[in-house]
Amino acid sequence: MPTVFAPDSVGLVTPQVLHFAEPLALACGRSLADYQLTYETYGQLNAAGSNAVLICHALSGHHHAAGYHSVDERKPGWWDSCIGPGKPLDTNRFFVVSLNNLGGCNGSTGPASLNPATGKPFGADFPVMTVEDWVHSQARLADALGIGQWAAVVGGSLGGMQALQWTISYPERVRHCLAIASAPKLSAQNIAFNEVARQAILTDPEFHGGDFLDQGVIPKRGLMLARMVGHITYLSDDSMGEKFGRGLKSEKLNYDFHSVEFQVESYLRYQGEEFSGRFDANTYLLMTKALDYFDPAAAHDGDLAKTLAVAQADFCVMSFTTDWRFSPARSREIVDALTAARKNVCYLEIDAPQGHDAFLMPIPRYLQAFSSYMNRIAL
Amino acid sequence: MRADLDIIQDWIPAGSRVLDLGCGNGELLAWLHEHKQVFGYGLEIDAENIAACVSKGVNVIEQDLDKGLGNFASDSFDVVVMTQSLQALHFPDKVLAEMLRVGKTCIITFPNFAHWRCRWYLASKGRMPVSDFLPYTWYNTPNIHFCTFEDFENLCHAQGAQVLNRLAVDRAHRHSFASRILPNLLGEIGIYRVSRPGVADAQIAT
Repeated sequence: MPTVFAPDSVGLVTPQVLHFAEPLALACGRSLADYQLTYETYGQLNAAGSNAVLICHALSGHHHAAGYHSVDERKPGWWDSCIGPGKPLDTNRFFVVSLNNLGGCNGSTGPASLNPATGKPFGADFPVMTVEDWVHSQARLADALGIGQWAAVVGGSLGGMQALQWTISYPERVRHCLAIASAPKLSAQNIAFNEVARQAILTDPEFHGGDFLDQGVIPKRGLMLARMVGHITYLSDDSMGEKFGRGLKSEKLNYDFHSVEFQVESYLRYQGEEFSGRFDANTYLLMTKALDYFDPAAAHDGDLAKTLAVAQADFCVMSFTTDWRFSPARSREIVDALTAARKNVCYLEIDAPQGHDAFLMPIPRYLQAFSSYMNRIAL
Repeated sequence: MRADLDIIQDWIPAGSRVLDLGCGNGELLAWLHEHKQVFGYGLEIDAENIAACVSKGVNVIEQDLDKGLGNFASDSFDVVVMTQSLQALHFPDKVLAEMLRVGKTCIITFPNFAHWRCRWYLASKGRMPVSDFLPYTWYNTPNIHFCTFEDFENLCHAQGAQVLNRLAVDRAHRHSFASRILPNLLGEIGIYRVSRPGVADAQIAT
């Protein structure tokens, strides 16, 4: 409960909302008649409008990336380690924009929002979103904020996919792309994990085909299971071993199936429980589909180099050694395509024990490289 | 710029595409980019060197040379450079073959183990040479594959590579009369420019 914020914190921040009345055509063939985007900004846009940085969030992320909403807020925004005065995304230098993506459940129009056509929550009727759709909606946000070209578009994991897509969809509007712990498309194993998560939600009796809000319930168990599976894949075997080992909650084994015995069980249940209380099940389904569908090279017969040939941005790609959900090999696919397409690119493989979650952690080498790259961006 | 790099840059045509293996702090690529409009990538594994490259705006890719250059297409670079790394590789022969595949020409520098000081050290003391220039003891040295000029040229020959230029220099990278006369005895560092057989001379002219 910090009442005085650290000098490298952006401090108190207030989310903002923008309404868009022009229909947005979506990859699925449908369109959103009108919608709102919730976002936060940190730092000041300079007179030339040349210092804007877009943050794209990952599966369960949102617009609150840095600072605090109130002095009572227990934890800062999800990427506070990287955003603030003197941090890699230095708010003394950059104007940082972070939004909640369409289909989200943190203030932007999504499945839990009221459908103006029916007066009821969209629920199952909310269209499936793709990374491309998000990028188009983000471009409209940029227009509204008077940002013609981003100094950088930055994201980790699913956020990195959006950053890549930006350089393909709007090559002239991105000077630098930072794709961290990301991939050019999901592997079968990755899709498989997402499918398990989706089945957990879809088969929850409280899901009601997606229209659970009408019934006044939420598919809590399904969402909890989905998060538990996901969470396992975000950590490395080593980090789990170090954190929990085979540690027990109680003194002895109970020889039953309902007790929470191992520390790791307790941790996963807590994570699942906490998540199911704050996240919308339809949004979770939608985010996993956006991940599964992302494959920009598909438009060029799987040739990623050809796909990225249009990009005008310089690239920084980073991966983490123990990340098995988006392994270094996946980042190297991006790098190989970029070198084949003769693009400027830096690639770092950061030695870190934390698995996929490492991209959110204050790992010295990671932060140093991130800072060095951002500092050299001309404004 | 480091003295050996200053010699090398002269062998790199303006506007060419360069791959620098073990690019260190990116000094050569940064200089070539600024002065000769060279587009290049550097491969490096040392974290501090990589950070220095990132700060300089040099395209650096974290990659272990011993794992090959399979991610680069054949003939995709005009020049592939490797300075003072040959002797530290696990598979110098395979890396040389890869360099010849990826680049039209290759520039390689390495310390000559047949230099008279090494010979004298080994002959008189009966121990592996340790000097200011190569200060490691045999068991903790990164330099696991020392060779001589003769050895290197034999390897080139075995791989069908042609030696286009050879400079034998001392540790300050001066090429004296002595090192021209008896390079394998008096040259401390070798700077070689080699190419694959069949690469037309016109393509490799500097």
